Amino acid sequence: MIRRTRPVAGAIALLAALTAGIAFPAGAAAGEPTGQDAPKVDLVLDVSGSMRAKDIDGQSRMAAAKQAFNEVLDATPEEVQLGIRTLGADYAGDDRKEGCKDTAQLYPVGPLDRTEAKTAVATLVPTGWTPIGPALLKAADDLDGGDGSKRIVLISDGEDTCAPLDPCEVAREIAAKGIGLTIDTLGLVPNAKLSRQLSCIAEATGGTYTSVEHQDELTDRVNELVDRAAEPVVTPVATEGAGSCEKAPVLTSGLYTDREEFGQQRWYRVELLAGQELRASVSVAADRAVRPDYGVLMRAVTVHGREIVRGEATGNGRTDVVSTGLRHPEPERDDDDSDKPAAETVCLGVTTSFSADAGVKTTPGLPLELTVDVVDGPDDASDVASFGLGRGWWLLGALVVTGFLAGLVWGWLSRWRVAVWRTN
Amino acid sequence: MRAVRVLSAALLTLGLSAAPAAADSTPSPEASAGSGGPTRAGTSFRTATEVEQGQTATARASTGDYLYWSFPADAGQRPTVRATVKLPESHASETWQVDVYDGLRRRQACQYGAQTRTAGPGTTGVELACVLRTVRAWSEPWANDPLPGTYYVRLTALELSADDLGQPVDAELRVESKEMGGAAAVDGSLSEPLVPGVASRPEEESDDSSSAVLAGLEPEDGWTSGWWSDRWIWTAVGGALAALAGVFGYRLTRGPGRPRHVPPGV
Repeated sequence: MIRRTRPVAGAIALLAALTAGIAFPAGAAAGEPTGQDAPKVDLVLDVSGSMRAKDIDGQSRMAAAKQAFNEVLDATPEEVQLGIRTLGADYAGDDRKEGCKDTAQLYPVGPLDRTEAKTAVATLVPTGWTPIGPALLKAADDLDGGDGSKRIVLISDGEDTCAPLDPCEVAREIAAKGIGLTIDTLGLVPNAKLSRQLSCIAEATGGTYTSVEHQDELTDRVNELVDRAAEPVVTPVATEGAGSCEKAPVLTSGLYTDREEFGQQRWYRVELLAGQELRASVSVAADRAVRPDYGVLMRAVTVHGREIVRGEATGNGRTDVVSTGLRHPEPERDDDDSDKPAAETVCLGVTTSFSADAGVKTTPGLPLELTVDVVDGPDDASDVASFGLGRGWWLLGALVVTGFLAGLVWGWLSRWRVAVWRTN
Repeated sequence: MRAVRVLSAALLTLGLSAAPAAADSTPSPEASAGSGGPTRAGTSFRTATEVEQGQTATARASTGDYLYWSFPADAGQRPTVRATVKLPESHASETWQVDVYDGLRRRQACQYGAQTRTAGPGTTGVELACVLRTVRAWSEPWANDPLPGTYYVRLTALELSADDLGQPVDAELRVESKEMGGAAAVDGSLSEPLVPGVASRPEEESDDSSSAVLAGLEPEDGWTSGWWSDRWIWTAVGGALAALAGVFGYRLTRGPGRPRHVPPGV
């Protein structure tokens, strides 16, 4: 009877454990999804006179762009708020000052009405100058507000004609506003100078540059960029590190951005309880022309200035970021008998060794991204091997020889005992 | 006695055959399943496209882009990252490089593999590879050892001429890993894998794509707890063999034992 009830009891216990296991995550799932605003995309199209050139699959650049826009408008995901801005669409005159102000919102950023947007695109006629810088500034204003991802897609066939306002600087300034905006650029049948300018704009904001020579390439690329805007992304929180640990802001787990100028130190603080582990990583982006050798150093330091651990990285060549990270498990404290959990403040200091040629603007600083995770501490290894277990033929050999020798000795001992017993 | 001998012989054979079998490294089972990978790449650590091991990720990109993917790797695995770039027909000399970073964005060394390659003018593509070190379950905080968690792959042209900027390229990425077995087993373990944003992740288990996370993919069977390794088998088999050898040695030297006619306990 007992034999029969045991498996039943075991099954009940198992069932209970399973139910508890299933029930627990369900109970924990009460957290609300974080409400993120709709992603916004502003397509900025160059409608300057040069768009008349007929060199994209036999049709004019303007016609190719219009066709691409129509297809993109059809394929735009519902949740994306799309706007269209033109540059050089209205002023055909020779006055540079006027020409460089010529940027207009063709279709406001908002829920998309496909027919309306298409009608607006159809009216475009290649006309004037190429004021990329002012158009980008205005486009950034178009996208202002909300915490969804923001993207400008700039399509141009000629470099900016409105010097001295460098569109690359403009892009950097827009990025420095900390509104999390990315500018992707597309060059229509570009020359080397346009490529360089557009790729500079893209790199300043972490975007991409593509040169386009066929209409389907244009459609595919713009579609892809709009889709990308629709993907949910974690938006970092802007913070401002201090020059020393005492004044540093206290960070909790999360993703942060900051700006760090050349040669500057940035300090942050993290509160750690005993038995917790701090994981921090930092990446500093090279959003302007920097010299090809660079590095980044992140140090975890106690409030008294003792260095605990550091992460460092160096590199050379073309790069977008240089990054490093560190881990610091705060040991458990046995001697602590007060109920209050003991906290340690860890200072995180970030320095970079980027350098730039004279003439490269040093402000705003280089964009810095910081992740902080505070988790439970690790189970430290007491032995390199897993639980002190061994493996390999040498281990087997050693065990067999030892066992054999032990057997021999034991056998000999028992023989001796029998002999002793016999003599008695 | 005969039964004991047969049993011991059987055990010995079993032990000897089981131990090496368990120690054998087996390649990832889903090496053949290649379809269904993502068709784009991210542009930063934050937007890296997640790829499962064994999947082939493709991306249409432009020369000069920085392409980011991320994949999960667990303790005991030795991941190999392979990237292929198809270049446009005409281009100047370009140097491409694949870099692997761990979940803390620390650059990870490649044991071997052509991590950087220069494609001369006229070449149609470059193939890059990076074999990482074996992922350990635990390491000291001061070490840069690979730990279980998310790994980032960055593929980019390191050196290129301005004329090639923005030219369309096709990139392909595939991550596979070799199980290294108990040779790489260590005693300690992390409380959480080295997944960025693991502490600020929402509690819920839902695969809701609307809430963004820095990295969400896990290995197929979830993260290992770290207590199992084939060292258990080796050690247990060793213990059994030692016991058998002990019995054998005992029988050699014990002698005839007590005479049959003497009752025990006398």
